[in-house]
Amino acid sequence: MDGILLQQIVNVISLGSIYALFALGYSLVFSVLGVLNLAHSALFMWGAFIGLLVTDRLEMPLWVGLIAAMIVTGLLSVLLELIAFRPLRKRGAARIAQLISSIGAAILLVNIAQLLFIRVYNRVEAAYPRGLVPRQPIIIEELGLRITPARLIVVIAALVVMILLQYLVTRTSLGQQMRAVAFNQRTASLLGINVNYIFLMTFFLAGALGGLAGVLYALITNVVDPFIGQNIALIGLTAIVLGGMGSINGAVLGGFIVAGIQIISIDTVGSSYRDALVFLLLFAILLIRPQGILGQPESTRA
Amino acid sequence: MKKFRLILSVLFILPLIFVSVVSADEHDEDADTPPIGFWEECETPQNLPDELTIGAIFGLSEAVAVYGIAQRQAVELAVAEVNAWGYLGEGVTLRVQFEDSAGNAQQAIAAMEKLVVEDGVLAVLGPTLSTEAFAADPIAQENGTVVMGVSNTAIGITDMGDFVFRNSLPEEAVIPGTVEQAIDALGLERVGVMYGDDDDFTISGFDVFVDALDDNEIEILSVETFARGDRDFSSQLTSLIARNPDALVVSALAAEAVQIIIQAREFGYDGPIIGGNGFNSPAVLDQSGEDAEGVIVGAAWNIGDPDPEPSSEAFQQAFVEEYGVAPDQFAAQAYTGAWLFATAIRCADSDDRADIRDALAAIEDFPSPLGLYSFDENRDPVHDPIAQIVFEGAFLPLASVIEGAAESDE
Repeated sequence: MDGILLQQIVNVISLGSIYALFALGYSLVFSVLGVLNLAHSALFMWGAFIGLLVTDRLEMPLWVGLIAAMIVTGLLSVLLELIAFRPLRKRGAARIAQLISSIGAAILLVNIAQLLFIRVYNRVEAAYPRGLVPRQPIIIEELGLRITPARLIVVIAALVVMILLQYLVTRTSLGQQMRAVAFNQRTASLLGINVNYIFLMTFFLAGALGGLAGVLYALITNVVDPFIGQNIALIGLTAIVLGGMGSINGAVLGGFIVAGIQIISIDTVGSSYRDALVFLLLFAILLIRPQGILGQPESTRA
Repeated sequence: MKKFRLILSVLFILPLIFVSVVSADEHDEDADTPPIGFWEECETPQNLPDELTIGAIFGLSEAVAVYGIAQRQAVELAVAEVNAWGYLGEGVTLRVQFEDSAGNAQQAIAAMEKLVVEDGVLAVLGPTLSTEAFAADPIAQENGTVVMGVSNTAIGITDMGDFVFRNSLPEEAVIPGTVEQAIDALGLERVGVMYGDDDDFTISGFDVFVDALDDNEIEILSVETFARGDRDFSSQLTSLIARNPDALVVSALAAEAVQIIIQAREFGYDGPIIGGNGFNSPAVLDQSGEDAEGVIVGAAWNIGDPDPEPSSEAFQQAFVEEYGVAPDQFAAQAYTGAWLFATAIRCADSDDRADIRDALAAIEDFPSPLGLYSFDENRDPVHDPIAQIVFEGAFLPLASVIEGAAESDE
């Protein structure tokens, strides 16, 4: 049975990496704007879709698909900021208006993808090409472990990106400006920071992270359709609330916790209780520690 | 501006006229020997109005569109044939009003209300999922309008009333035979079971599987569950495969079936996977590729049937010609469903809903793509099922593959 436990831990790490990447995008936008971008799940789906088009239709290798997906979803995300968020912000609209606007954008993005799917594939789902990653699993006999190359790629890609992001936010001038804007927009602009530029960069980064998560998710699950963002939208929200809204490390931690609870609950009590357990924990955290595990109270967040 | 509009509309209308003239010519040639229909058994109707409308509720968006779009295409094909061949008499046109249920019970109810109460259609095909049928069919029953499921295979669909029909073989008719043949052929003793526990179709499939396994004294090592829309099955598969089953038995819809097949192979399981009706789709084969080898599934219809009905061959040909892809069982059933409605209307020679119901129930030995087709006293379908296994990338009849393997062993 130890073999099972180890294998399940591997499963948690690979699924958690994807959740963490996805939640990071949510978290970035929230920490800088103070608004949830609910179209983030649509960007996740678009990432998976662009990856599919590049590797399947254009028959390019995986790394091209990954980069193309990140660039396209990053740009889509910038477009979201320009169309769905900035005009509202300029008019001083309430945060809830921006939230609703992002829901509208999500629906639009999903519908466009649906039309494209039918046009390109004559149905609403399609699979990544079979030979994209080697299928032969890496077997560690003594531990009873099997790791597929796809899952290995997912974990490595996620780790690399998370480390780069951490570096970018804490060590670069752009990161410092982002944190300044997150702390206080007004002060930041008085200090000569181009706030609108920072917003654009934040949206680009968040979109690219979401898109990357989408391709990696599709690598594990093979099939893409316009609705794969629906489930992960809630999972990502749960992850950032658990970890702490606006905290980068919190988003990562939250992603892994949610994946862990899902995998363990399926194995022990059955999938029917899986989401119930996840949301029960969310509820408990909100009661006991509303700012999340790694979150700081609103006033000191930066 | 007015002139411009006139020119524009002429430009639009001209090709339409041209196309309709051309297509009418084409169909005149075919009209000699229609491969499907009660041309002899029932007289050409005399008492029908010029336009008849039936409804169809299919899942045309969301995940369920895997089935729904093929169903709509098949019904459109059938109705085009009915009209082109004058099945309901000269100058009588059959129309279909399509509604999208999106795999959602509430939306299916709304669609049924609209078709039956507002539009007053003669009869309704669908809805796609059993879950939707349980929600929406009572409305048709209350209003005395026939509803025929062409893909509802859960237990109890036709118990909803005497206006509720289906032409899709229920799981309880397909699964026991499939399980028994698989056990006989492969000598199974211990299996792991996995099913979706939030969908009527996958739950009733699971119940029938468990009964069939018990009847054959097969040990069930473990039962794992999942939810509709799940993509990652690593947890369930890890714990099932660790118990070394002789076979995996899975009750799932197509979208989840693909993932389960692929991921089971990734976790190193290479034994047989016995599936419910949801596995029976070319999409499952396409998307799971060589991982699908050894998947066993019972079916109402098989495109590779070594001895197909003439109407089945004609249907395949017409479908490929029209849509460029091979039809699946769901398309064959939807196509047959539309033809059954047309036949009921022809034989009833009436646009009265009760007459149509009676004529439909009375249909016997109709030469459909599914085989010689009849309804039993519960308005459930009667025709021969076919047990099949994925072998070298295609669904083949299980018996013939086992025979072939035995011969090559000798």
